[in-house]
Amino acid sequence: MNEILSKYKDEVERILAKYPANAKRSAIMPLLYLAQRQQGYVSRRQMDDIAEIVGITGTEVASIAGFYSLYFEEPHGRYHVQICNDLPCAMHGADEFLKQVCAFLGVGVGETTPDGLFTVEAVKCLAACHRAPMFQVQEGDALNFHENQTIELFKTWVADVRQQAAAQQAAQKVGAQ
Amino acid sequence: MSQQEYVLLRHRTIPNLNQLEVYRENGGFEAFRKAVTSMTRADVVNEVKNSGLRGRGGAGFPTGTKWSFLPDTLWPHYVACNADESEPGTFKDREIMESNPFQFLEGVMLCSYAVGATEAYIYLRGEFWPIAQELDKRIDQLHAEGFLGDKLFGTDYSLRVYTHLGAGAYICGEETALLESLEGKLGQPRLRPPFPAIAGLYGKPTVINNVETLTNLPMIITHGAQWYRQWGTEKSPGTKVFSLSGCVNKPGNYELPLGTTFRELIYTYGGGILNGNKIKAILPAGASSSIITATDEALDTPMDYESVAKLNSQLGSASVIVVDDTVNMAWLAQKTVNFFKHESCGKCTPCREGTYWMNSILQRIGAGKGQPEDIDLLVDVANQIYGKNLCALGDFSTMAVTTGIKQFRADYEAAVRGDQGRSPGADRELSPASDNNNADLAGTAGRGR
Repeated sequence: MNEILSKYKDEVERILAKYPANAKRSAIMPLLYLAQRQQGYVSRRQMDDIAEIVGITGTEVASIAGFYSLYFEEPHGRYHVQICNDLPCAMHGADEFLKQVCAFLGVGVGETTPDGLFTVEAVKCLAACHRAPMFQVQEGDALNFHENQTIELFKTWVADVRQQAAAQQAAQKVGAQ
Repeated sequence: MSQQEYVLLRHRTIPNLNQLEVYRENGGFEAFRKAVTSMTRADVVNEVKNSGLRGRGGAGFPTGTKWSFLPDTLWPHYVACNADESEPGTFKDREIMESNPFQFLEGVMLCSYAVGATEAYIYLRGEFWPIAQELDKRIDQLHAEGFLGDKLFGTDYSLRVYTHLGAGAYICGEETALLESLEGKLGQPRLRPPFPAIAGLYGKPTVINNVETLTNLPMIITHGAQWYRQWGTEKSPGTKVFSLSGCVNKPGNYELPLGTTFRELIYTYGGGILNGNKIKAILPAGASSSIITATDEALDTPMDYESVAKLNSQLGSASVIVVDDTVNMAWLAQKTVNFFKHESCGKCTPCREGTYWMNSILQRIGAGKGQPEDIDLLVDVANQIYGKNLCALGDFSTMAVTTGIKQFRADYEAAVRGDQGRSPGADRELSPASDNNNADLAGTAGRGR
């Protein structure tokens, strides 16, 4: 059974309708985003599902997922803290900010905190050069830019996120009982 | 041009311009209606040719001329809008799409009409997905209002506009890589010829224009080519959004006439250099720039395509990165080369391998393990990359290295001695609220204006 097709039938159809009937392959990238939505990464099984929808092989879909940096093939922290430390941001203290964030969370670049909440990444230009230091993070269904940052602001944000996560966990426990 | 007078960043003076009713109250979609109901396609192309508008994505190619390359013997024609803004130092298209989205969409529509395309794709970088979601809603609104769809304004012309998200690959801003990506393939450049005007998207004639380029069109069609020419120079008419970043007090987007001097941008608008430091160099076109030493002559150079070329550099997308005298140019090249090494798509060996080796050498220098001969080795590797690839990314990767070593060799000599000076930016007095684009407070979450 094709899980993507059964789960997101309407959305798959909407995506396919954007491209000519003989150019279904164009739908691979939007379908990869769709597959990634729930778990935060795309499994090999889902790649095969996408391949079936657009009529190519799973290997070809995997090559696309591997080429582009916004597709993830394994689980990572729930909050992917992506700090830009390209040239313009670095000239406004982004390298220093990255170091402070890593020290505060007790992880290296590319690592995830033990509670599985935060993964820190140094990334390339995010078109926010005038508001450095900055980071981008996926929060729920939104992709937010946090701009004009300091380590104090970052600590406040982390505290908020941890509080929310704890509240959610507590609510889930109550729900399960 | 006063900052109050805008062609592109009109949302700065018209509140809520990103709402359809406000945009329409301010003349919105009248240019498109006028074009579709009373102008031939050739009329639109000629008006744009006469305006002298040149591509704002970096190459500066005359827009109307580019459109006229599409043959009327091959159909369908497609429009692909390049919204893959990813050059370090560039953040203008983001502001336009977030804050003046309808003028941008009307530009896409005018371009589509001019080249006879009934389908247009807006290719946005993946990180812009909130912007894409907003654009999708606005496209739906335009369908509901009869500005998009079948038989527009009772004519035979039909048009649909779609967004398509990239997924984190700078190379997809290169026009043929963008087309490959849109076709669901690896984002790697094509061999040219054939050019996209003949064989573009799905092998059909295609125009690829940048967001800013297209956003000019409604104003040109509304007010005419001569009106547009009141700004800028004879060969570089109109206004341009300059993205100013780096060691300045007020980084941000500034819409100014082409031909404004570097000095005016950096000192009058940008508030001068951070911490009262001395200006050292300018990268006028983001990380891809040939570095300009900030002499008085350079600072007084008008920022138009021809004048910047006379400084042996390029205006490009006008992403002006300012470098002060605390920055070592070897450190700067570490940053830019690392970017290009990361973003090389891997198709052409000189770029794939060359950026890897330049990066290794520069990292070694940065780690204090450089050797004096590394400097000439870098130039040697750069020369083996330059001019040997399908697209310009490889060439771009060499710019900061070769022009940096040529003008600032002492920086590299200091760096291989293990002395790169202070870590740039580490001790900056940050003044976040000085950003001219948003009076928002520091640390604002969410997408600003």
